[in-house]
Amino acid sequence: MLSELPLLSLAIWVPIIGGLIVLATGGDGNAPRTRMVALFVSVVTLVLTIPLYTLFDINTPKMQFAEKSAEPWISAFDVYYHLGIDGFAMPLIILTSFTTVLVILAGWDVIKTRVAQYMAAFLIMEGFVIGVFSSLDAMLFYVFWEGMLIPMFLIIGIWGGPNRVYASIKFFLYTFLGSVLMLVALIYMYLKSGSFGILDFHTLKLDSLEQTLIFLAFLTAFAVKVPMWPVHTWLPDAHVEAPTGGSVILAAIMLKVGGYGFLRFSLPITPDASHSLDWLMISLSLIAVVYIGFVALVQQDMKKLIAYSSISHMGFVTLGFFIAFSIYDRTGSMSGAAMGIEGGMVQMISHGFISGALFLCVGVLYDRMHSRNISDYGGVANKMPKFAALAVLFAMANAGLPGTSGFVGEFMVILASFKANFWFAFAGATILILGAAYTLWMVKRVFYGEVANDNVAALKDINTREYFILAILAITVLFFGLYPNPLLEVMHPTVDNLLHHISQSKL
Amino acid sequence: MENIYLGLVLSPLVGAILAGLFGKQIGRAGAHWVTILGVGISFVLSVLVFKYHVFEGAAAYNETVYTWMVSDGITFQIGFLVDQLTALMICVVTFVSLMVHIYTIGYMHDDPGYQRFFSYIALFTFAMLMLVMANNFMQLFFGWEAVGLVSYLLIGFWFKKDTAIYANLKAFLVNRVGDFGFLLGIAAILMYFGSLNYADVFAIAPSLKDSTVEIIPGSEWSLMTVVCILLFIGAMGKSAQVPLHVWLPDSMEGPTPISALIHAATMVTAGVFMVARMSPLFEYSETALGFVMVIGAITAFFMGLVGIVQNDIKRVVAYSTLSQLGYMMVAAGASAYAAAIFHLMTHAFFKALLFLAAGSVIIAMHHKQDIREMGGLKKYMPITYWTSLVGSLALIGFPGTSGFFSKDAIIEAVHASSVPGSDIAYWAVLLGVFITALYSFRMFFIVFHGKERMDQHIKEHLHEPPWVVWAPLVLLAIPSLLIGYFTVDSVLFGNYFGEAIFVLPEHDVLAKLGEGYSSEVGFILHGMMAPPFWLAMGGLFVAWFIYIRKPEIADKIKNSMQWVYTLLDKKYYADEFNAFFFAGGSRGIGRFLWRNGDARIIDGLIVNGSANTVGWISSVLRRMQTGYLYHYAFTMIVGMLAILSWYLFI
Repeated sequence: MLSELPLLSLAIWVPIIGGLIVLATGGDGNAPRTRMVALFVSVVTLVLTIPLYTLFDINTPKMQFAEKSAEPWISAFDVYYHLGIDGFAMPLIILTSFTTVLVILAGWDVIKTRVAQYMAAFLIMEGFVIGVFSSLDAMLFYVFWEGMLIPMFLIIGIWGGPNRVYASIKFFLYTFLGSVLMLVALIYMYLKSGSFGILDFHTLKLDSLEQTLIFLAFLTAFAVKVPMWPVHTWLPDAHVEAPTGGSVILAAIMLKVGGYGFLRFSLPITPDASHSLDWLMISLSLIAVVYIGFVALVQQDMKKLIAYSSISHMGFVTLGFFIAFSIYDRTGSMSGAAMGIEGGMVQMISHGFISGALFLCVGVLYDRMHSRNISDYGGVANKMPKFAALAVLFAMANAGLPGTSGFVGEFMVILASFKANFWFAFAGATILILGAAYTLWMVKRVFYGEVANDNVAALKDINTREYFILAILAITVLFFGLYPNPLLEVMHPTVDNLLHHISQSKL
Repeated sequence: MENIYLGLVLSPLVGAILAGLFGKQIGRAGAHWVTILGVGISFVLSVLVFKYHVFEGAAAYNETVYTWMVSDGITFQIGFLVDQLTALMICVVTFVSLMVHIYTIGYMHDDPGYQRFFSYIALFTFAMLMLVMANNFMQLFFGWEAVGLVSYLLIGFWFKKDTAIYANLKAFLVNRVGDFGFLLGIAAILMYFGSLNYADVFAIAPSLKDSTVEIIPGSEWSLMTVVCILLFIGAMGKSAQVPLHVWLPDSMEGPTPISALIHAATMVTAGVFMVARMSPLFEYSETALGFVMVIGAITAFFMGLVGIVQNDIKRVVAYSTLSQLGYMMVAAGASAYAAAIFHLMTHAFFKALLFLAAGSVIIAMHHKQDIREMGGLKKYMPITYWTSLVGSLALIGFPGTSGFFSKDAIIEAVHASSVPGSDIAYWAVLLGVFITALYSFRMFFIVFHGKERMDQHIKEHLHEPPWVVWAPLVLLAIPSLLIGYFTVDSVLFGNYFGEAIFVLPEHDVLAKLGEGYSSEVGFILHGMMAPPFWLAMGGLFVAWFIYIRKPEIADKIKNSMQWVYTLLDKKYYADEFNAFFFAGGSRGIGRFLWRNGDARIIDGLIVNGSANTVGWISSVLRRMQTGYLYHYAFTMIVGMLAILSWYLFI
């Protein structure tokens, strides 16, 4: 019975319509009810996405839970309402619905102005993001993709910090300019194939020049989102200005659509260009890991530090995705490449939990002290022992400690990249040192030591709501660190299928 | 048996979780009882396992507990390998841990973080057991990092102290440098051996002994050498070998019980254990063995020298630990893995004893650690005095004590070894004996004999600590004295390790020594005629002469050899170098990339630059739309003229 429901549509539209209802609950006088409705909608959405995992067939690479409208949605361009998910999309959808619940809770009594709009923005955003992950029609994908920008733009622009206008415009222009080129590529492929079906694009024959141009068009769109070096500078600004919830969504989910794009579009549509330009991807990824790792080391602002750490960790995602070809060139088979791609996927999911948790931790401090400067803190552990224990756990996860989810993806990508080239693994493994250095140095300066000043002395430990949010994340981080197999099981056939597909030249 | 292994590992974990999460509910006594019970069960089970594998000769147990993940056809598992080597390690770990747990009741008595401390040390025991019982490289790495984590938490246990939180960060990062190599080594193993399970890897090793790899294009290196050296870099971090030794002396900022447990007896010896466990790999690379040996020799000799000039009671013992770890590595490098593990075991007992005794002195001295403020403690603390004497004698290798058998075996083994570097290593470990005796008894005499230099207040309160503190000292003194005598026969020269340690016949120095070995007593008699014994006695005598007989000589020597003293006092400037070059350098690189790369070029030039360019162009273009009618009319006329002339003239 459950499987007959249009689960994907529900997962997209329940939060969007729910968001509109939340908007309708009106002014801030009504805030308690607004919050309850928003929480209810987000929990319902989470519940709706759980069957996507429990009913997921882990033995097929085919698109599951597919829905396709009989009539075109826009008949002039053969745009269909076509949804479906595979082993790449499913975990990301659940990550999205899971994170949204936490974000609603995190903003519970922190956001006091325009509560309805705030909550609605996150719910609508959730719908759009799930739409991005489940669209199988390129136009539909594009609509969700661009739609996603609007709530985020508003979240930063309205509830953000003092420099929010600069940050939100920078964010918008960066991501928007990137995606325009993607639109051109999509239209070109439509004109060539007569369809906007993403799966049709996968089998579309393209010559070398076409592939290269399309690859670069996609690259600009996805690289900005991931973000990859050197188009990353919007992220620290956006994070610094965004409210806590905005940062969490940005880090946990928005960045992931970039990584997802590489798997859904770049690799399968332009395998030959991906192959010939993999050196570019690998170099940019490794620069992200090393260069950004050093930059993170000297940040004075906690949010900036975590933002840079995000960029550095996301470097592992793109590294894992694109080492497949080097392995193939070196060993003559794709054996070993799956670990890279799966490692990249695991890294995305895990980074969602960890960076989300870290931004929530900064939020906890910011709500109390209204400062993100590391130098304003010191000795927080004296006053907030419970919070410090959780924060140190997340910091360790961020430093890739085995037993936390942060280790799994990095471990897999390093193992896989060693197969491609010793020096890839060498450069990548520096995150072991750099990641620990910037994260734990921050922990030392913020949490340890004597109580630094009167503001710190006045700090109160986390309340039940905050404890609940962080504890859930802590359990998740530990669970996937100790037993990542459930996460990997769901993507094996999808990864194998992708690798099989990209090992066949389209030329 | 599987349930026994699981119970052995999990009972400390349960204790740690209970004490950690429910510390407030169960209270102080509750916290120490659950953890002691957990570790106690673990110890009893370890003894059972030992009996089962060693006395009953059961075959090695090698099974999976659960599948961590499967990727790319490779199964990553959590599993146990229990053989004679593991059995010995778990007994040492759980015994020392149990002693330290009991001792902690007294040592941490007034500390507000009492429950937290017990939770950490129980968690450490769990992590260490996972490390030594691993049957694959991934789990080894898990345990490896987990003990590092607990070490980090415990060094920084008093997180208000600036020096403590500096030391724990340093310890973690230096260990990470080692792990960097270790992880690459693991990656190399997965790539070339196709598996991470010990059994598979060791089975394939002989067939890969002549393989080469090309790391730098154009030069072929032996695969085994590359793999072993990468793995050994990990061991250098964890076992504090030069140049990654810098974290261990600073780790003394942690409470003394953990210095005994983690930074002397167990965790820091993980590197030695690892090399012994990987003997089927190291045996195929003489280069790697030579590397291990030379690094070990440098550590053994030069760190011992630093120990002579230290004045902090714990730091003297810490440098002694560094030096002894060097001895173990030298043994491993000489392919005398059994001697390395043997020394690991005896050292675990006597060094834990020395640390705990130092802790007992520290309690009595009201947490003063400077030995220059002590003296004559013998008469106030007889138990601590006598147990310290046992520990110190064992440390310098006094004939008959456990340390004698293990250290003498190492020196003889290096002497017999033909691995490149063994000549230098031999001299280093030989002279090291003199140094060991000198610094050990320098401290012993200054602390327990001579003038009473403490102030009146402390002197009035000097007394032996409570039984929870001295009982572990006595219990550790017994094996420090005797265990060597009873085990040397089978561990060193018998076939104790069986299949667990693999030595190629041409490297088997212990077998060579075994030819001349008749009995324990013979070994002692032989030892008393060999140079190490006389060097040790010499060191002892010099210490006595300088520090008891003629204390004024010490200053004279110090003044006449000022630069040597300064060099040693500054620990060869390693900390200064690292702080300037690595820590400062990385921050410098970070600042440079951030200011110039991110802020100036990307944001300044490209992002805001293009925004400004667009702004500038539009500000120019904007001038064309002035809104004045005559401007537009003028433009139209000019335009018309232009078009007309185009048609007319072309």
